[in-house]
Amino acid sequence: MSEKRESGSFEAAAGNGLLHRRLFLAHGAALLGAGGMGLLSARPAAAAPLEVPAWMKAPGTPMSAYGQPSKYESDVQRVVGGTPNVVGNGVSFTPHHRLHGTITPNSLHFERHHSGVPDIDPQQHRFLIHGAVRRPLTFTVDALLRYPTVTQIHFLECAGNSGSNLAPQPPQAPCGVIHGLMSCSEWTGVPLSILMDEAGVDRSAGWVLAEGGDAAAMSRSVPLAKIMDDAIVALYQNGERLRPENGYPMRLFLPGYEGNMNVKWLRRLQVTTAPTMTRDETSHYTDVLLNGKALILTYPMEVKSVITNPSTGLTMQGPGLYEITGLAWSGLGKIARVEVSADGGRSWADAALSEPVLSKAFTRFRMPWRWDGGPAILESRAIDETGAVQPTRESIVSERGERQNYHNNAIQAWSIAASGEVGNVYA
Amino acid sequence: MSTRKSIRALGSSLATLGTLGAFAVAAQEGPNLGVEVTPADYAAWDISIQTDGTGLPPGSGTAATGAEVYAAKCVACHGEKGAGTPNDRLVGGQGTLTDLAQVRTVGSYWPYATTVFDYIRRAMPFLAPESLSNDEVYSLTAYLLAQNGIIDEDQVMNARTLAKVEMPNRDGFILAYPERTDRPAGR
Repeated sequence: MSEKRESGSFEAAAGNGLLHRRLFLAHGAALLGAGGMGLLSARPAAAAPLEVPAWMKAPGTPMSAYGQPSKYESDVQRVVGGTPNVVGNGVSFTPHHRLHGTITPNSLHFERHHSGVPDIDPQQHRFLIHGAVRRPLTFTVDALLRYPTVTQIHFLECAGNSGSNLAPQPPQAPCGVIHGLMSCSEWTGVPLSILMDEAGVDRSAGWVLAEGGDAAAMSRSVPLAKIMDDAIVALYQNGERLRPENGYPMRLFLPGYEGNMNVKWLRRLQVTTAPTMTRDETSHYTDVLLNGKALILTYPMEVKSVITNPSTGLTMQGPGLYEITGLAWSGLGKIARVEVSADGGRSWADAALSEPVLSKAFTRFRMPWRWDGGPAILESRAIDETGAVQPTRESIVSERGERQNYHNNAIQAWSIAASGEVGNVYA
Repeated sequence: MSTRKSIRALGSSLATLGTLGAFAVAAQEGPNLGVEVTPADYAAWDISIQTDGTGLPPGSGTAATGAEVYAAKCVACHGEKGAGTPNDRLVGGQGTLTDLAQVRTVGSYWPYATTVFDYIRRAMPFLAPESLSNDEVYSLTAYLLAQNGIIDEDQVMNARTLAKVEMPNRDGFILAYPERTDRPAGR
């Protein structure tokens, strides 16, 4: 915050052009609020005479009942991927390279369906709690809407997110495809502990089987401790009722746990004494190690970050000052630090974290960078409040091998070519 | 109710809030709107099978009858004798889990036979889930286990026999919850 820095003589923080994050802390609001990197870029284009545009010479369109994005942004879309022969079994990816901030718009929240999106009539939907309980109970949607609620911002990440980066060759796909099976929303719902206590749960039972009301009746086992700690029956996402593709009229939400366990279209919880060992928690969502043994019941999505800009899917606009920015999150708590490198991991500097830094939620980080137009390799490395450090791809591959797998939280490296092209590299 | 007692109550509820997880909530009681039901009421939904066989329904089947059901309802997606293509391969792959080109099937990977019954009954055939009879599901389960060499061709699968089937990869898993047991704590 010295006079020198405020006057524009920025201090180098690490190699290959990384500048001190205090550039943003000291100047942040004013510069970014006034158009961001435009003001920071070295040579603005010569000004042309400003004319009064057509849209100021006649009234605009009237109000609308449900808003839509600008038509000029209509190419910001989920990328849809499917499975042959089974329409409705597949994924769609959140285009993170085209988004900013920390909250994912509901229309762009990633999808993973095992047998399509059911068209559930909320008047007919029932939620059943049974098994090791004193009184098996059913709830209507209207009944649940009368219960005490909580509201909290949390990320949701599919265990298969970033899995393609374990292939022998780095996939050359947009950032939002490689890392698009994650999103972050404000979720509102009923704490499950209230409903479990109403049913008279046997707290020594240990496990709960959760089942969805889709055509796959997708089911997963959840530790009862998690259900009683911070699980909710989510009814609202970013202020509106859940979208069908996110579980309307209700879904299980387990902060920090792998996406698949957050069962959509929730219809049933069965309290059991052991994990049911369903198809999805045994044959899928497990990680085979090189010794042939597989990790099973891997729940929290561990500390991770990715630079969303610059990233694949975007192109550099010539040398000058840029804001490197991205997302960091941990299923174990809050993000403590994010470090950024512009020289392939030889030197690192701390990025600025945008407040509020929330537990088990996306945290936006920023780092000023003066690109000299030469080759660069950008990386980010997150550290969470438990001290866990985002691992290298090499360390994950050394345990599991180069094969597509789940739970890949490795550091992502983007290459910047002199042409401005951004590539995916294994650094 | 004395003020002191209220303050104590407040203090204890604040202490509780501090130890709760992310979704800490002040009111821990709801309006009690759940409707009590009996097992007969939810029998049609009670479809999960536990690894000890709990939940397996009456009925039975063998690989021979399973082959007929498979040919009629499964082969189009899972190939001849479970060889896969266009969808998941179900048979073979034993001994490949240490290869980079691992083949994960019912025979090479699935740790519990009960899961085969549970999954077929709830989710298959893809276009008509929950349409098979329990005998058909037992038959298909027997067929897949026999094709994988896990049971004999003539072995009858029912609620008693299926839970006793030992899958080849039963001991192939390392629990990651609550903590990985195969490496030092803290990693």
